[in-house]
Amino acid sequence: MRLGSGTFAAGCVVIEVLGVALFLRGFFPAPVFSGAERQAESPAPEPSAGASSNWTELPPPLFSKVVILLIDALRDDFVFGSKGVKFMPYTTYLVEKGSSLSFVAEAKPPTVTMPRIKALLTGSLPGFIDVVRNLNSPTLMEDNVITRAKAAGKRIIFYGDETWVKLFPKHFVEYDGTTSFFVSDYTEVDNNVTRHLDKVLKRQDWDMLILHYLGLDHIGHISGPSSPLVGHKLSEMDSILMKIHTALLAEERDPLLPSLLVLCGDHGMSEAGGHGASSMEEVNTALVLVSSAFERKPGDVRHPTRVQQTDLAATLSIGLGLPIPKSNTGGLMFPVVEGRPMREQLRFLHLNTLQLSKLLQENVPSYNKEPGFEQFKVSERSHRNWIRLYLEENNSEVVFNLGAKVRRQYLDALRTLKLSLSRRVAQYDVYSMAVGTVLVLEALVLLLLSVPQALSSRAELDVPLLSPVCSLLFYLLLLALAALHVVVCTAADSSCYLCGLPWLAAGGVMTLIAALLCAGMSALTRVFAGGKCLSQVGLAFQNPPQSTSRWSELDLLSFLGTVGHVLSLGASSFIEEEHQTWYFLVNTLCLALCHQIYRKCLLGDDCAPQHCPHTGEEFDGVAVALQGKRAGPEGWELSRAPADPSSLEALRGSERWMVLASPWLVLACCRLLRSLNQTGVQWAHRPDLGHWLTSSDHKAELSVLAALSLTMIFVLVQKRCSLTSKVAMAFGLLGIYCYRAAIGNVLFPWQQDNKDISKGITEARFVYVFVLGILFTGTKDLLKSQIIAADFTARTVGLWEIHSGLVLLATLLLRPHNLPVLVLSLAIQTIMAQFIWRPLRHDVAEVTVMHYWFGQAFFYFQGNSNSIATVDISAGFVGLDAYMEIPAMFLTAFATYSGPVLWASHLVNFLTSEASSGSALSHACFCYALICSIPVSVYIILVTSLRYHLFIWSVFSPKLLYEGMHLLITAAVCIFFTAMDQTNTKS
Amino acid sequence: MKDTDIKKLLYTHLLCIFSIILSIFIPSFFLENFSILETHLTWLCICSVSVTAVNLVLYLVVKPNVSSKRSSLSYKVTRFLKCCIYFLTSCFFFHVIFVLYGAPLIELALETFSLAVILSTFTTIPCLCLLGPNFKAWLRIFSRNGVTSIWENSLQITTISSFVGIWLGAFPIPLDWGRPWQEWPISCTLGATFGYVAGLVISPLWIYWNRKKLTYKNN
Repeated sequence: MRLGSGTFAAGCVVIEVLGVALFLRGFFPAPVFSGAERQAESPAPEPSAGASSNWTELPPPLFSKVVILLIDALRDDFVFGSKGVKFMPYTTYLVEKGSSLSFVAEAKPPTVTMPRIKALLTGSLPGFIDVVRNLNSPTLMEDNVITRAKAAGKRIIFYGDETWVKLFPKHFVEYDGTTSFFVSDYTEVDNNVTRHLDKVLKRQDWDMLILHYLGLDHIGHISGPSSPLVGHKLSEMDSILMKIHTALLAEERDPLLPSLLVLCGDHGMSEAGGHGASSMEEVNTALVLVSSAFERKPGDVRHPTRVQQTDLAATLSIGLGLPIPKSNTGGLMFPVVEGRPMREQLRFLHLNTLQLSKLLQENVPSYNKEPGFEQFKVSERSHRNWIRLYLEENNSEVVFNLGAKVRRQYLDALRTLKLSLSRRVAQYDVYSMAVGTVLVLEALVLLLLSVPQALSSRAELDVPLLSPVCSLLFYLLLLALAALHVVVCTAADSSCYLCGLPWLAAGGVMTLIAALLCAGMSALTRVFAGGKCLSQVGLAFQNPPQSTSRWSELDLLSFLGTVGHVLSLGASSFIEEEHQTWYFLVNTLCLALCHQIYRKCLLGDDCAPQHCPHTGEEFDGVAVALQGKRAGPEGWELSRAPADPSSLEALRGSERWMVLASPWLVLACCRLLRSLNQTGVQWAHRPDLGHWLTSSDHKAELSVLAALSLTMIFVLVQKRCSLTSKVAMAFGLLGIYCYRAAIGNVLFPWQQDNKDISKGITEARFVYVFVLGILFTGTKDLLKSQIIAADFTARTVGLWEIHSGLVLLATLLLRPHNLPVLVLSLAIQTIMAQFIWRPLRHDVAEVTVMHYWFGQAFFYFQGNSNSIATVDISAGFVGLDAYMEIPAMFLTAFATYSGPVLWASHLVNFLTSEASSGSALSHACFCYALICSIPVSVYIILVTSLRYHLFIWSVFSPKLLYEGMHLLITAAVCIFFTAMDQTNTKS
Repeated sequence: MKDTDIKKLLYTHLLCIFSIILSIFIPSFFLENFSILETHLTWLCICSVSVTAVNLVLYLVVKPNVSSKRSSLSYKVTRFLKCCIYFLTSCFFFHVIFVLYGAPLIELALETFSLAVILSTFTTIPCLCLLGPNFKAWLRIFSRNGVTSIWENSLQITTISSFVGIWLGAFPIPLDWGRPWQEWPISCTLGATFGYVAGLVISPLWIYWNRKKLTYKNN
């Protein structure tokens, strides 16, 4: 089957979108969490058969006061190993002989402080998705111990890492946050916590004290776990523990309830001193519970047992007499309640298993078949019988023995429930990720292999669909993949998304993979066959060295820039500051253009590719165009002007000067835009023009700027529109100013004070009408040009009208201080088209790459960045009464990606109005698809290999979402390109 | 083209490298607390002056482009003045380009300008020495197949490698390592210096390896 290269590229991008969606589904596993509203529901009563139990209240607290001493990066062997014996004598005494319980708590990756704190207090395993769910607020929204304690009227005091204050604003009656920003400081950061200690321990007015010490973690980052500093720090921590414990003991004499001291770490420390991944050293943390309730008989040796870190939340809730958090996946640490009467023990276990089984019900559709759920039902029944027995005949040996049996059943049920819940979270669904990656890579390889064919002058390529589908290889592959799928899905602990899909869909994916692989193979063989021909032809014409020397500086730059950008995605700082990369590349591009222009103008030097014999054409493509930057010389000249090398000399005087000055104008515009919005992380706090304009003191300036920008947009857009759309455009722009005035962003000259501020719905809808009108006129013109063949002007006018409709929509949605971005984008497009691309006759690939780069730069000029926080959600509410999901999402996406979209639409316009050869559009579509899919394909591999990186949730994951969204936009753009190309070939 | 020429080229380049090394070590004998990173501007000035001086002296001694015709004193003076103006212009030009690349406009202007000066020292001064104030000749050298002698060839290589060095030197700035050399403009000056030195080393070797292939029009 023969396909146009544009269609082919669009198809590949669509397949990539599918692959990336699969990858994302595997990368961000759906979290196990309770969707139920947090309401004051009554706690579950004690189960009983026959006569109803009289115990429906929550059990009373076991401890009066709780002190949580959280030491960052407290690995288990720092307490229980040789280091602990040496440097923490008091703690060792408590662990070995005192009234304490010690555990090795296992943390789940990512072993980073914030998710770990969440895990400790909610009992759930936070994934990235909850970062997205509460977009801008870092506040912990989920049900957790601290919120429950606050609601129960407990007074909580906190000293330590600032993260807590951000997670729980207004929860603490007193707090002092220290920042962990200066890793080199490990003394001051802890002294800031300890200095409050003496005062607080003397007071009686608190129920919960939380201390978070960062020093140990900082020492680990500086010099690793074997440094002598660790010993000093551990001794310091030991003395703090002793101080707290003696103070608690001294206080404890009179009241009825004992107090509880929790010593724990949030994550461990690797042998290199870092953390974040899943090695044993990073995952195992120490957890010691000290309380006089855990009195032991002499000779009772307790070894640290292994528990999950999430178990602490349930234990703390029970210990404080609070309801267990809804999303908790942990189980009660049973030794804590072992000393209580049997009835209470069973009550606690019942509460815990009930909560877990509820969570299971909410998250697993077939919860009835889960063994944990069945065990829970069985033990609840025996619990019921036991209660009846207990109420009838009090306190006998038989009742106790039966109770012990019920308890054992409960503990078994608890373990099974925990297992089946934790299996569903905090695991990357590697199978779906792998399948997604394979799909994306296959599509990319197919694109790369078909470069020479697709960029040939015919812009068509053979897609052998029938032969691979019939081939033996295809069926073998399909069989192997199906077998693999069955094996993976029937494996013991599989919770893959793909396995949850219906068989038909999964089979479709497998077929796609196999078919793509076959197509890739046949393309590969073709390239090799072509390569042989190339060398023969090359020998015949003796010009293989020439083909490499034909890389101009611009091609080299675009190649190196693409490679450099892709490589830079591996570093978290470069992702945070990606805008710098694009500004840098665009600037360099302008300077390279400047060099080219000056050489051509002043020296009459022509470096344009020399036309080589026609026979070599396709094979030259093979050698040179593999990187997607160039192709055979035929059909690549854009200009309809005769190919006169010194055509620049012939330019008129004023135009010549404009050509010479244009790169500098573009550079100046870029510099201006760069200072409009500071984005990124490191320099985001620097003052910028945007903030200056949006401050309420400068409303008049903003109004003038907005009015000026709207006028400029009209001037720049109108000259190629038909009269109808000119008028519509003018009204639309006027409407935008009225809209901005209505919502109070700008002022009318006659209206000096801020009067009533509305939502501006009428005005915005007024503008929408004109946007739709302009788009409709454009489409009508396009259709007309199809029917009346050879109506070239109608086509260009129609395309330009669609472009201007998009511009109008962007003008409406962008924040008012960003209007200059649009103006300058239009201005740069005009300058580049008129004075650079047209006179210099760049080939389609170069023009496409430049459009792509400028589109990326304008994405950041708008104030976007790679963090979720900079998405302007307000764009989704323009002209809408209430939140409507689909229009809001579309509008937000368009506003965010308006830079790349407008540049892509300009590319279509430019190529249709310029190109003599009909294949220009499909070439451009192919190049655009290729250059957009290279970064995303490499990035998903990078993210897979960095999935245990420290910044995976904060930096890499948001970028992954942005890349996915960008690919989706690219797919839309490519389909648009192809549609335009189709109309082109038909007419 | 003879081997003696290449040898001469190599020696002059070694002298240039030597002058840069000297500018790193000599001042610490005279100035207290001198180090490249902490007193960066001082080092920049010293380095720029020493490289300029060595270039001028070498030009006067070696005289790579022998012009047969005697020229008058006044011609020489105007030529020298023109060179000075060209040098200053190039400093300002580079400064403007750095600002366009995103250097702060007002703060750190002195640092940006000193970066412009050191880049001019590495690129404009050799051009001025070899070609004189002749803009068209400069453009000719930096276009393809425009070189006419090994001196011009080496000039092309060192200049391009200085530019590439300063370009690459900007890369580490966004990284969050917090090292002192990441401050503006230290990484760029170091990049330019390394690029220049690399160009000085590479160009004689490259010309030596390719001496068979290289043919110059006017040789």
